[in-house]
Amino acid sequence: MKFKSNAFLIALSAVILGLIAGGVLMMAIGSNPFEGFFYLFRGGLMNMERIGNTIATAITLMLVGLSVAFAFKTGLFNIGAAGQMLIGGLCATLVAHYVFLPRPLYLIVIIAAAFLGGALWGVIPGLLKAKFNVHEVVATIMMNWIAYWSIYYFVPAYLKGPSLETESKSIAIEQTLRSPWLTKLFDGGYMNLGIFVAIAAVLVVKFVLDKTTLGFELKAVGSNRFCAEYAGIRVNRNVIISMMIAGGLAGLAGMTYYTGYSRNIQIGVLPSMGFDGIAVALLGASNPIGVFFSGLFFGMLQSGKGFMNAMTEVPPEIADTIIATIIYFTATSVLFSKFWDKVGRRRKEREQSRTGTAGEVKEAKHE
Amino acid sequence: MSDLRAKRFFTSRWGILLLVAIGLILLAILASISLVGRILPYAIAYTIPLLVTALGGLYSERSGVTNLGLEGLMLVGYFASALTIRMTEQTLLENALPLGLLAGVVAGALFSMLHAFASINLKADQVISGTAINMLASALTVYLARTIAGSGNVRIMLGIVRKNIPVLSDIPGIGTLFFTQSYWSTWVALAVWGASWFLLYKTSFGLRLRACGEHPSAVASAGVNVYRMRYFGVGMSGALAGLGGSIILVTYSGEFNGTVAGLGFLSIAALIFGQWKPLGILGATFFFGTATTIANVSQVIPQLGVIPPVLFKVFPYVVTLLALVAFSKRSAAPKAVGEPF
Repeated sequence: MKFKSNAFLIALSAVILGLIAGGVLMMAIGSNPFEGFFYLFRGGLMNMERIGNTIATAITLMLVGLSVAFAFKTGLFNIGAAGQMLIGGLCATLVAHYVFLPRPLYLIVIIAAAFLGGALWGVIPGLLKAKFNVHEVVATIMMNWIAYWSIYYFVPAYLKGPSLETESKSIAIEQTLRSPWLTKLFDGGYMNLGIFVAIAAVLVVKFVLDKTTLGFELKAVGSNRFCAEYAGIRVNRNVIISMMIAGGLAGLAGMTYYTGYSRNIQIGVLPSMGFDGIAVALLGASNPIGVFFSGLFFGMLQSGKGFMNAMTEVPPEIADTIIATIIYFTATSVLFSKFWDKVGRRRKEREQSRTGTAGEVKEAKHE
Repeated sequence: MSDLRAKRFFTSRWGILLLVAIGLILLAILASISLVGRILPYAIAYTIPLLVTALGGLYSERSGVTNLGLEGLMLVGYFASALTIRMTEQTLLENALPLGLLAGVVAGALFSMLHAFASINLKADQVISGTAINMLASALTVYLARTIAGSGNVRIMLGIVRKNIPVLSDIPGIGTLFFTQSYWSTWVALAVWGASWFLLYKTSFGLRLRACGEHPSAVASAGVNVYRMRYFGVGMSGALAGLGGSIILVTYSGEFNGTVAGLGFLSIAALIFGQWKPLGILGATFFFGTATTIANVSQVIPQLGVIPPVLFKVFPYVVTLLALVAFSKRSAAPKAVGEPF
């Protein structure tokens, strides 16, 4: 994806158009869109607890967004974050149930387990892509369903809860990522230590991509495979590493979701955040900092939708519709880049006609 | 060398035909064991939506547009037909069913225009556009279901009744296997399959469409409008995926519940597995349909109960991965698929 104009303007246009589409849909069912949006944003931000929940949702979205963005940089489309989340989350849940260690050491173990679980699920499509040229989109989708069914049978067999057949037994609160001081600061709610994992991941990914040889090679493979190969970069190795790290990041997302936000794993569900993360990455233009802010934005939409549904007639799926519309408009960003280029050119022309001669204006038009 | 030749043979048209034939003969033999006789109607019921949807994918990919949105397009058809049948079944009775299928086809075709516009006119990344279609469909259909029908689930009263085909069902063996207790939608789907094969491989229109997926500039220089051909391809993929979704509703589901559970993605896998050819697609989807059925019934059949059910459930996906590995060296994908023109 090459943007001639500013990535921020494109993202902003996509968001505004997505919100307008959401407003039109609210109007279509006879609701007042301003009221709907008011409650949607209020539901995400009205007090410390809700802000905590927004951030807790955003943590997972950011990590999935980073995963997708990381793969994008190497020219790969990781649509398998949902499955990687499940496996990473399962590994974290197993650690939470069976490993008892002093807190700092425990956190390191659980993070490592989740990362490795996700990385395992990511590296398989990476290997298939590198060795056999199997398209990573199909491979990761197949891995999603393999993870889905594995969890479906593994959880009731080995982690069965006391009452419900459809979820694993709850993790003891001390073994989750929740932390007393964070819980106190945000008046209860789902806020957890995952926020530090997410921030660290953003910084590390940014550092790796911008400042290391590995990052340079990954990006080189992403922008032109053949050129990278000609320059002596081992393309296949980079494809495998990229998918492995992307999987690991999604595994961390699974940890923050299943052992932080929630305290058990539900079976029979592919976590929808694995797909929302694609939107996060696209809106953030695959830039770690961009992913951080777009994760916060989508986190707000997702955590406010329940409140909106309670206060108005608008179904909660409006948030997902807005997110999907934003992806569509990001995919068709050519429209906006053309639009903003035109705006920019016109402004330039106007300035030139004010200061310069008519001849220069003509030249500007010819560009 | 002989290994390569064997591989080439088994992936050629005659090879696939032979494999299908062997499979059918085996089935006919096994038919004496009542197991297959019991499984086959379900296997066919699961195969048909996959077959129709994968055929839709064939039109789109052959014209040069990757369509990862088949899952969402199926869902749109599923929803539109559920809503139509729900609203008309009281007055039109059985006639509501074909009307519902038609609504699914139209809705799928219309929705696919979003993908066509993005990937043909705007030269967007087709994989991302397809993903957007999937997410949009799953959010929008449930949103509309909640507001129009009052709940995320839309249940219908009617369904297609299984019927014996007169005369043909009296043939011993084959007749009892294929012509008893069949849905009429199955025959519609098979007719669509035959017509698609004819259109794509026996007419000059089909040749042009396929050429758009191989070398669009050559087709353009011959005076054919590539954009129009690709719009047709994507539109057909939407229509057929919509039909596939509707068939799920009127045969084995009976209710719109907001998801087609990955069948659209499985259709894409079947398209690749079937090497972008009608006969290959028929074989691949039938394989998936049978695998799904066996997974579903494995619990109630004592002979299969000893094997952990998870193995049956992941079987189709693992085999797809293995098949993709096996076909990777000589992929028959249209050369220009996914590339904007």
